[in-house]
Amino acid sequence: MSDPLSPLAAAEAAAPVPTGPAGAGQVPGGPGSGGFETVRARSGWAMVGRRFLRHRAAVAGSVLFVALLLFAFAGPLLWTATLDPSSDAKLPPGPAHPLGTDRIGHDMLASVISGTRFSLQIALVVALVAGVLGVVLGALAGYLRGWVDSAVSRLVDLLLCIPPLVVTAVLARNTFTLGQASRDGGNWLTVAMILALFTAWFAIARTIRGMVLSLREKEFVEAARALGASPWRIVFRHILPNTVDVIIVNATVTVAQAVLLESALSFIGLGVRRPSASLGLLINENRNEITTLPWLFWFPFLFIVLISLSVNFIGDGLRDAFDPKQKRVGA
Amino acid sequence: MNVRPIDVWPAHVEPPVERAPLLQVEGLSVDFGTEDGLVRAVRDVSFRLHPGEVLGVVGESGCGKSVSAAAVMGLLPRTARVSGSIRFDGRELVGRPDEELRELRGNRIGMVFQDPMTSLNPVYTVGWQLAEAFRAHHGGASRKRGWAKAVEALEQVGIPQPDRRARQYPHEFSGGMRQRAMIAMAIVNEPDLIIADEPTTALDVTVQAQILETLRAAASSTGAAIMLITHDLGVVAGMADRVQVMYGGTVVESAETVRLFAHPRMPYTVGLLGSVPNAEQVGRALTPIPGAPPSPLNLPPGCTFGPRCPLVEPGCRTLEPALVMVDEPGHEARCVRWEELTGQAGAEVLFGGGDD
Repeated sequence: MSDPLSPLAAAEAAAPVPTGPAGAGQVPGGPGSGGFETVRARSGWAMVGRRFLRHRAAVAGSVLFVALLLFAFAGPLLWTATLDPSSDAKLPPGPAHPLGTDRIGHDMLASVISGTRFSLQIALVVALVAGVLGVVLGALAGYLRGWVDSAVSRLVDLLLCIPPLVVTAVLARNTFTLGQASRDGGNWLTVAMILALFTAWFAIARTIRGMVLSLREKEFVEAARALGASPWRIVFRHILPNTVDVIIVNATVTVAQAVLLESALSFIGLGVRRPSASLGLLINENRNEITTLPWLFWFPFLFIVLISLSVNFIGDGLRDAFDPKQKRVGA
Repeated sequence: MNVRPIDVWPAHVEPPVERAPLLQVEGLSVDFGTEDGLVRAVRDVSFRLHPGEVLGVVGESGCGKSVSAAAVMGLLPRTARVSGSIRFDGRELVGRPDEELRELRGNRIGMVFQDPMTSLNPVYTVGWQLAEAFRAHHGGASRKRGWAKAVEALEQVGIPQPDRRARQYPHEFSGGMRQRAMIAMAIVNEPDLIIADEPTTALDVTVQAQILETLRAAASSTGAAIMLITHDLGVVAGMADRVQVMYGGTVVESAETVRLFAHPRMPYTVGLLGSVPNAEQVGRALTPIPGAPPSPLNLPPGCTFGPRCPLVEPGCRTLEPALVMVDEPGHEARCVRWEELTGQAGAEVLFGGGDD
């Protein structure tokens, strides 16, 4: 029982279990792949890509999303109107101001470009941070169980009983009061982090925990253990790839939710502030003119919808593309 | 005696006795503390397995077969209390931390699971999983070499067009193919011991024989010993050099396969043999063993088979008989009345009762 077993320990030190650099589903091209013209050698990623491209809504969503990114980030280079108020107030859409101007003369196109940029930045950061946090915590809770599970689950339960808008409102308000000096730039990141840490990750963590709880009892996990895989490797290379569809769906829903939540926050005056603009802020500013100058409301609204829709379609396509049980079409 | 071995292949002969045992289990006990009390899953099990030998472990569900195999692999849940000794190739395994056992698992001890439908990861190709199993134990092995090894292992277990098959996902394999892939995964690192836990239970009978032959061929090409856990005596008859019958968490009889089938010396073994369909008995009902196996939570005092045994006598209910040598060295049974089974008729007489 107590002999030091040094040869074994030494052997392990000499030959550490490789973690491997690759991502999920990557398959190296096998040797001797010739001779099977009908079924070509194909890597996992190539197949995912092919399935994704076959998904029309997903392709349309991607095109739309890229267009939105270009609009938001390359737009300011082409449309150089300032975000400052001017004397041209309440103009309808026309050559000088394609989307018109609001009641104190902000150029609406410039505002919408800026707003789309901030909304996208916030949404993507929220989805990324909340996704990683939720997936890692949920997976660890589900796989390790015990006190880790208790801690994560109780924290989620606790945070879930607080209405997210109230938490973010309080935090956003305090942060902005303190950080009045840095009015631009840093603002959106603070809003994003607050949204990510206090709203978005709970649902993801809960869902992933539930899935991991059931997956960890599957025989292939036992088989991985019987092959000498470490717990870390089992969780991240064997269990989590099986939840990829759920992760993608949750992440895309989070993107859409974050856009809306940020809009809500800015709408009640606690999110991004002038001279920066976010889509929610624009709607808030122009809510009184919704009947008299309707374009001031409809353009920001349209962009919120476009962001949510494109991301949801992309997520839908990704989920289908990542499912290996999808039927192969063509060859 | 009309119970004969159900010979699929001629059983191995001449197990290598001279060499040191590959696996030596002494006094292994596994207990689980549960809310209902102590579950004594395995009690004082001892056996040894030599290189290249095939040991069949036979018994009903819940008799401790799989738990003793999991103990060898170090795959028991944390709540299990293991005592006794498991020496693999001279190294003690009981009490070793998981990190040290990991180096053995999959590398020197391979495992084949019961259900091939769920033991492959559905989101990776079969080849990827085999390559990973290889590379996990060959630190410097390249991706390409792992893949080549995976294809080679698939070929070894008789999968046609292995390079194409390796690129497919588990759901594109049939049940028998998946079990072949599992065997390929068990042998990809050329282990010294393969533990097969009911490898044919989930398969069609027509495929079972092929899978056993594959397992046997794969083991003999790598020189591996096999610990074959099953409840199917037909499987054991065709494969195993030795058979160990388990009941109530412990070994009740152990002998060379041919001997065990010809001269069972424990009423439970006789009953098991009588429960197997036999071509000689067409038209006649099988003879079941009445009753159910004891709960490991609440084992009967004395002989665990006592409550179901037709030969039970008052002494059996107080003291569990020891595993003693019967007839000749290498044949052991846990029964005080084993001598009365000599020359006696089989299960029909023993368990038939007054029914016929």
